[in-house]
Order: sequence, then C-alpha cells, then structure tokens
Amino acid sequence: MRGRGFPRPRNGAKGEKPVNFDALFGDLAQHTVDGLSKGAIYALVALGYTLVYGVLRLINFAHSEIFMVGTFAILGTWSLLGVADNPPIGMAIVYLLIGLVVGALASGATALTVERVAYRRLRRMNAPPLIFLITAIGLSLVLVELFALWMAGFFSGRGFTENRLVIGIPPLLKQETVLSVAGADITNVQIIMVVAALVMLYGLDQFINRTRYGRGVRAVAQSPDTAALMGVHQDRVIMLVFVLGGLMAGAAALLWNMRYGITKFDIGFVVGLKAFTAAVLGGIGNLRGALLGGLLLGVIEVYAATLTRSTWEDVAAFVVLVVVLIFRPTGLLGESLGKARA
Amino acid sequence: MRRKYVRALGAIGLSAALIGAAGCQAEEENSAGGNDCGGKIAIFGAFSGPNSGLVIPSRDGALLAVKKHNEANPDCEVELQEFDTQGDPTQATPVANQVTGDESFLGVIGGAFSGESKATMAVYEAAGMVMVSPSATAIELTAGGNEVFHRVVGNDAVQGAAAAVYLRDVVQAKKVFVINDGTTYGAGIADELTKSLGELAGGTDQVQEKQVNFAATISKIKAAAPDAIAYGGYTNEAAPLVKQLREAGIATPFLGFDGLYDPSFPKGAGASAEGVIVTCPCLPPDQAGGTFAADFEAEYGGPPGSYGAEGFDAANVLIEGLAEGNTTRADLLAWVDSYDKEGVSKSLKFADSGDVDESRVVIWAYEIKGGEITAQQEIKLS
Repeated sequence: MRGRGFPRPRNGAKGEKPVNFDALFGDLAQHTVDGLSKGAIYALVALGYTLVYGVLRLINFAHSEIFMVGTFAILGTWSLLGVADNPPIGMAIVYLLIGLVVGALASGATALTVERVAYRRLRRMNAPPLIFLITAIGLSLVLVELFALWMAGFFSGRGFTENRLVIGIPPLLKQETVLSVAGADITNVQIIMVVAALVMLYGLDQFINRTRYGRGVRAVAQSPDTAALMGVHQDRVIMLVFVLGGLMAGAAALLWNMRYGITKFDIGFVVGLKAFTAAVLGGIGNLRGALLGGLLLGVIEVYAATLTRSTWEDVAAFVVLVVVLIFRPTGLLGESLGKARA
Repeated sequence: MRRKYVRALGAIGLSAALIGAAGCQAEEENSAGGNDCGGKIAIFGAFSGPNSGLVIPSRDGALLAVKKHNEANPDCEVELQEFDTQGDPTQATPVANQVTGDESFLGVIGGAFSGESKATMAVYEAAGMVMVSPSATAIELTAGGNEVFHRVVGNDAVQGAAAAVYLRDVVQAKKVFVINDGTTYGAGIADELTKSLGELAGGTDQVQEKQVNFAATISKIKAAAPDAIAYGGYTNEAAPLVKQLREAGIATPFLGFDGLYDPSFPKGAGASAEGVIVTCPCLPPDQAGGTFAADFEAEYGGPPGSYGAEGFDAANVLIEGLAEGNTTRADLLAWVDSYDKEGVSKSLKFADSGDVDESRVVIWAYEIKGGEITAQQEIKLS
C-alpha cells in the first residue's frame, strides 16, 4: 500500500495545462485573500525568530516547537472544557479567548524554558554561535519526541501514550463568507487571521518603540555592552524577547487551530521553516519585515500552487527568496530592530 | 536540516538494534534446524513509528497464524522473527541483508509497504528467498519479473479500476476531480483511477507530503465543479484536506483508497470525514473465513484492523509449506508458486507475476459512519 521514499514525477491527466494562467488571473482577488490568511500564521511565528535574532544575532531553531506546544495546549484545554463542534457564537468567543490565553501562556513558558535550558548558560560562557544552533536543534528534537511519545496522547485525552498521528481539533467557528470584494469571498476566519496578525504586530511594534522595556530591547540589540553599562539588565531583556516571541507563537497556534483544525507532533517543522524564510525575506531582525515577509510568502505560495500544482509552492517561495536576497541581501526592509526606528 | 539529524540518530539506533539482534541470533541458531518439519521465517514492516497503525494488525494476524500452528503441532514448530523497519526503505535494506545472510531463515512475510518492498526485493531474489506480502500494493512490484515476490492482496491497478466502477455506478459521477500526494503509492493509484475513469476524469491537482493548507486545491475544485473527488494518499494530508473542503462548503462525495483505511483518518478529520468512501483490497474482518475474526478478537481483545486477515493468510502460506517438509529456500519458493487453497481473506492462488490471481481479488468499499470505517459493499469489477 505505501510507497514512501520513492517520489516520482508524474504527468497529470491529459489536457491538464502545466501552467494555468486562467486559473490564477481569473480569480486573483480570491487567491490573494487565501494567501494573506495563510501568511498570517507565518508572520506571527516569524516575529519570534526576528525578535531573538534582533537581540542575540542567533536563530532560535526551537521556535517551531514553541508554536507546536501552543497548538497542543489549546487543544488540551478545549477538550478539558468539553468543546463540541460549532458551539453557539457566544461560547465560541469565550473558548477562543481562553485558547488565546492558554496558547500564549504555554508557548511563552516553553520559550522561557528554551532560553533557560539551551541558551543562558552557554551565553554566560561566551560560547560561539554555532553551539547555540546545535543546542536549539537538540532541544527542538527533545520537544518533538516528548510530544510524539507522551504529550500528544495526553493532550488528545488518551493518557501518556505514543501518538504520532494527526489529531483533529473541534471547529469552533463555522467558516462563512461574510464579505465579497472584487470577486473574492472572504470568510470570517480569514478576516480574524489577518486582522489578528496586524493587531499583534502593531501592539508589539508599539511595545518595542514606546515602552521602557522596549527601549531596553532596542538598546541590547544595538550594543549589548553599552546597554549593560547604561544599567540595562541583559538577561531580563533576553528573557523578555523570548517570552514575546512565545506569545506571538501562541497566538499563531490559536489561529492555526481555528483555521486548520488539526495538529500533530511534528507540525512545527514546516511552519517554522516557512516562518524563518518569511523572517529572512522581510529582513530578519525587523518586526515589520516579518509581517511583510509572512504575508508575501503566503500569497506567493498560493499563487504558485494555483498556477501549477501545490507541489511547486515551495519552489516558487524559495526562488523568490533567493532573488530578493540577491538584490537586497538584508531582506526587503533590512535588519533594523536595533536602529532607532525599529 | 533537522531531518538529517533525525536520520543520523535513527541510523545509530538501528545499528545498535541490529548488533543486539545479531547477538541473539547466534545463540538461537543451534536450536533451529536439524528438523525436517517446521523452520524459521521473518516478517518485516513498520511495527513502530507514524505509519505503524496500518501494519500492526497484519503482523498480529501473522503471529496468530504461527501460534495456532504451533499449538496444533508441537513437534513441528515454526518460528517467526520480527524486524521493525518503520516502513522506511533505508531501514528495510540492512534487515534484508541480515535475514538473507542467516541460512536458518527460509521465507519472509513482507514488506508491508510498497517502498520497502521495492527496495529489498532484489536482495531477497538474489538469495532465492520467497516473499509473501500482506499489504504492498504498488503495481511495479510485480511488473519487473521478480521471481520471489508474492502478495495476497490485489494491486493498485485493480483497486483503481474498482474505484472507477464505484464512482461511475454507485456515486453516478459524471466528472471526477483526482488529487494525489506525489508519492509512489498516491500518484500511482491516482494514475490508475484516471486511466480507468477515461472521460469521467475532469480536473486534477498534486499536493505534497506534510502540506496543510489546501486553499489552491480547493479553488481548483470550485472552478472544475466536479461531482466526485478522489484522493490518492494518506491520512496526514487527507484529514486537513477533507476538513477544509467541507468548511469551504464543498459537499461533493469524497473517495480515498486503502491509504485512508486507517482509524486515524476519521479521528483526524472529525465530522468532515462522515460519508467519505474508502476502497481497500482487504476484506471486512467479519467477512473473513473460518473462525479468524473470533480467534483474533480472543487473542488481542479487539477486532482485526487493516490487513489483519491478509497477514494471517500470508503467514499460513509459508507455515503450511514448512509443515509439508519444504526445508530449503528453493523448495519453499516452489511451494508458494504452486499454492492454491482457500485462505481467510480470499481464495489464494498466485499468478506468475506474484500477484494474487486476478479472478480472486476482492475489493471492498467502506464508508466512514459515526467516526468508524464501516463496510459498505463489495465492488464487483465485471
């Protein structure tokens, strides 16, 4: 029955056009909406990569698992509350808000743990950057296997058993078309996703630019030593950026559960990879760049999948990434968390 | 990048396991052999890992067959040794070398999946060791003239043709949108369906493994407006696909193949899976001949799942051969080639290619009802 490991290109049915421009341009507005809502999750996860990179100049490869933990924590809470399919709208909103809090807390706590376990001690010992890469990958593997072996079973209500299967999450909001713009049917969930991403970014942007804590983050990003001399507590700032990244990943986890209604122990891998790509595309270290990169990546993928097949979406995404990096090596908006304008 | 680390770790773990297994074997060798009756066979497949749910019932069926035989014939015991490959061709290859290198093994049950079967069949052929697979259905396995490979299930060509019959006669579809996941199995069986559908095939898309967002596929389906959708692939992608289809308001009948004959599919897709049709060249457990279903339930405390009856049959073909005094690999291979008996899943006889004789293939349509895969009807090809 199964034939893993021997992928082979196939030609489709006769008469199938290899590149179908009609499909893309006939319904461009719809595909754009689909892409933006897909990219919203990339954008929120990308913020976590970008924040940590902006301050530490390190890629936190365990961030994908911070997102994955969020999806499971929300699933567990919902099943504990006995959420059934499509509850009345009032209850759905309550559940979603509870989900947001739980997801943010779980992901935030995981992010803190990651910082504590995989980063802090090494940082004190001035380990070279490569070491952080390995510890983060190691921790990420530990988290993935932890969930595969025990936690996924636990959160899906089957006790601490091995569960590597797709786990369904009850749909809370019935996806309905609420708006039609230029031929595109926009659903309630799609609106929530894109608006949520924009609101979260705006909040984060304001936090970094306007508050005392934010100033600390910018100071450490610009020059850790000078910031320390000026009385900025570096460890606290670093913990803060990890937590902020975790909160965003938790929010992304909620949107994920709402939109896709499934999770799995290794769900973080692809999302994390795409979000990291989005962060690089927009300019890693740049908050607005992460949002732009995420949304753009989502749109490119949907365009490419429509134009040819879904198989080609990754190819298109990375081709665009490479082309952008050739002309703008620091991404579309450049690295700028440390700069005055953030 | 991370995947490589996983592979590397897996390789280390595997080699440790192999060394351990090799150590055990050295001790056992003296006890086996020297007897004109009974002998030792191997079984390999994904007994752990993400795809094990599809395979474990067939292994349990095989273990049951061995147990029953040994209880009835204490003076002619058959030994069945398990080799876990996780369904991975790269893990199945060292297993094949180990099994063929050990003279005490006379035959092998497997592989459970097509990929691992394809990767190892040349090794077994070189050693003249007969393979009987309970569940590998890819067409190419029997198309290459391999001398030792046999299987007790119908291949994907038969299943594709049966699905086409079902879509035409039962669903009465005029236009079928065919989606595949780009794997050997998924693309292969979708191809067979498309061929059999002929003019009814209207629209296609290819998705990829680990894909979660199917917005583009869904807009293609909307544009094509088919009256049935068929999917060649597995639960991992099918569950979110069906969910998103239904949420997008597309209520078109959805048909999957035996890759979705998997209890985790209705669990993952939830209410969206209701009414989905799954075809399988496997018999509903309660339809199996003899006392198989009852025996299985008594042994394992649950009904046999996917390919349980086929695993039982595959084991019995080899066990009977051993009991008849076929104590060399060549004799056992000849025995299987000329086998013609009633099994519990179907009446078994092999064509020269190693496929089960075409007149004896059984294909069933199952429907997801109340979150369970329930037998709906047998699909008659003619």
